[in-house]
Amino acid sequence: MENSFLIKTEKLSKIYSIGAGAVKALDDVNLTFDKAEFVGLVGPSGSGKTTLLNIIGSLDTPSIGEVITMGEKISTISHKRSSILRSIHIGFIFQTFNLLPVYSVFENVELPLLLVGIPFNERKKRVFDALDWVGLADRAKSKPAQLSGGQSQRVAIARAIVKKPAIVLADEPTANLDAENSHHILQTMVKLNSQLDTTFIFATHDEKVISYLRRKIELFDGKVKADKIQKPENN
Amino acid sequence: MILKLAFRNLTGRGMRTILNATVLSLAFVAIIMIQGLLVGMNQQIADAVTQTEYGGGQLWHEKYDPYDMFSLEDAHGTIPTQLEESRQQGLISPILIVQGSIYPQGRMRPALIKGIEPFQKIISIPSHFLAESNAVLPIMIGNRMAKDSGLDIGDVLTIQWRDIHGRIDARDATVVQIMNTTVPTVDNGQIWMALEQLQELTDMSNQATLIIKNANYTIPENISGWVFRDLDFLLKDMNEMIKAKSVSSGLFYLILIFMAMLAIYDTQVLSIFHRRKEMGTLMAMGLTRLKLILLFTLEGALNGVMAVILACVYGFPLFLFLSQTGINIPSNADNFGFAIGEKLFPVYTIALVIGTTVLVLIITTIVSFIPTHRIARLKPTDALRGRMT
Repeated sequence: MENSFLIKTEKLSKIYSIGAGAVKALDDVNLTFDKAEFVGLVGPSGSGKTTLLNIIGSLDTPSIGEVITMGEKISTISHKRSSILRSIHIGFIFQTFNLLPVYSVFENVELPLLLVGIPFNERKKRVFDALDWVGLADRAKSKPAQLSGGQSQRVAIARAIVKKPAIVLADEPTANLDAENSHHILQTMVKLNSQLDTTFIFATHDEKVISYLRRKIELFDGKVKADKIQKPENN
Repeated sequence: MILKLAFRNLTGRGMRTILNATVLSLAFVAIIMIQGLLVGMNQQIADAVTQTEYGGGQLWHEKYDPYDMFSLEDAHGTIPTQLEESRQQGLISPILIVQGSIYPQGRMRPALIKGIEPFQKIISIPSHFLAESNAVLPIMIGNRMAKDSGLDIGDVLTIQWRDIHGRIDARDATVVQIMNTTVPTVDNGQIWMALEQLQELTDMSNQATLIIKNANYTIPENISGWVFRDLDFLLKDMNEMIKAKSVSSGLFYLILIFMAMLAIYDTQVLSIFHRRKEMGTLMAMGLTRLKLILLFTLEGALNGVMAVILACVYGFPLFLFLSQTGINIPSNADNFGFAIGEKLFPVYTIALVIGTTVLVLIITTIVSFIPTHRIARLKPTDALRGRMT
C-alpha cells in the first residue's frame, strides 16, 4: 500500500435529516489510524462513535469530507468495492454479537471465508485456528443459543479475525458482558492485536475497555475533544 | 457459495422449512391431483360415449337430425348396397330409430325405439340378450330408463309406434335385459330391440337411420343419401362442454397456484422482515445487495424444489394408486349428466406432471424474488439496527 496510514478522515462530517431538521452526528473529524493500533473512540451516547465506525467500515458514507480506508475513498466508493473492502480487510464485532442463529459456531466463523471463496480444507483449518485463539474449538458444533454471552462474543471475535483482516471495528463489544467475560474478551483482542498486527478500533464508553487502550480518542457531540496516546492499565 | 448459504439457511431452520415445503407440496400435489381428475374425467366421458354410442364414426341418413325429433319420421333409408360386405364382416352396424311410446304400468311416456343387430360388436351395448331370449318381442333398456319407468327384467309393457305408412301399431314387449351403462344418451327415454324385428314392425325392411362403423374401417365416400360424421363432429358438443369445464378447472388451477404463491410470498416477506439484522451482518461481512437478493430468492426457490421432492415421496405413489384403483363415484353422480361410471380413473400425464412442476418452480422463484426489492434499498447501518430503510 502506498499510503503509510491505514485509515484517514479529512474534515469528516455526517449529517442526518430528521423530519424537517438535521442532526450533525460528526463534525469536522480529522484522524489518522495506523497499522496494529489498539484505539478507542470514547464518549457518551450520541457522541458519534458508532457513526464514525460505520463510515470507516464503509457501511455508511460521509456527508462532508472524506474517509480513506485501506486506500479506498469512502465518499465515492461503489457498493461492490465497499463489499470487497469489508469482505477482505475489515472485521466487525457488534454489541449484540449478531451471530446467525441457525448456523453452528463453526458455520458462523466460517461465513466470512465462504464469502471470499476460500476452499473447504483451508476454511476448516482457519476456522479451528480462530476458535483456538478464542478458546472455543470444543464448541464448534454448538448453536449460538447454547452459548453464554461471553462465549457468543468470543465467537463473534473469531468470526471477525478468521480472515485475518487489517482492521477490526468493535462497537461496544463488552456492553452485554459481565466484568470477567469483558476482561477475557479484551485480553483475547490484545493478544490478537500483537500476534496478527491487526488494528482494533473500539467504540466504547466502558471503563474496562478504556483501560486496555493504547490510544484514546474522545468524542463529544460529533467533535474530537481529545486524542491521547496512553499507557494501558491492563496490558 | 450463495447456493450453499441458501441451503444452509433452509436446513438450519429445520421444522420451519419442513412446514413451508410441506404446505407448498400439498398445494403442488393438489394441483396435479385435481388436474389429473379432470383429465381422467374428460377422457373417461369421451371414451365411454365413443365405445357405447359413436363407435369409430357414423354414417347418417341425410335427414337425420338428433336434435329434431320431428324429422325422425323421414330419417331412414335402405342400407347402402356397397356396405353389405362390410356388414357381413361385422365392420359396420346399422341402427334404426323410430319414435314411439311405451306404457309401463298403464302410464304413457314417449320413447325412442332403437333397432340394433344383436350380435354386433362395434359398440359396447349388450345387444346379444335380444337374441338369447325366448320372449316374443324382447327389448332391452338402460338402468336410468328402468328406474324412471319402474321396469325390471321380465316385465311386459305395451309399446306403440308409427310404421313407414303412418299407421299406428302396438305390441306387448318383454324386458329381457337392463343394461348398466354410464352413457345417458343410449339410456334415457330409449328402448332397444333387434333390428330385424323393428324393421318388420315398421315395415322398413333393410332400412336404417344411421350406420355405426368400426374404428379401423373406412366408409366409402359419396354414398348418396347418407352423410358421414366422424368422431370430431360427433364429439363436438362434448368437446365444447369439456372446453367450458376446462375454463372453470383452469380457474381452479389458478386459485391453487395463487394460494401456493401467497404462502411463499408471505414466508418471504416475513423472512425478510425478521432477518433484517442478519442481512445487516451479512452486508457488514461483505455480501453485496445483489448477492443478498440472490440468496433470499434462492432460499424461496429451494422451498419449491424441496416441495417437489416431498411431493415425489408421497404424491407420486398416491397418483399411481389413484390412477390404478380409481376413485369411487357416488351413484347419483350421473344425474348431472356425466358418463363417468362407478369409478373415476385420474390420468396423470407426463406433460401434466412436468408442466406443473416447472410452473410451480418458476412461480416459486418469481414470487420469492418479488419481496426482495426491499433489500435493494436496504442500508447496512439500518439493517444492523434491525430497521427497514
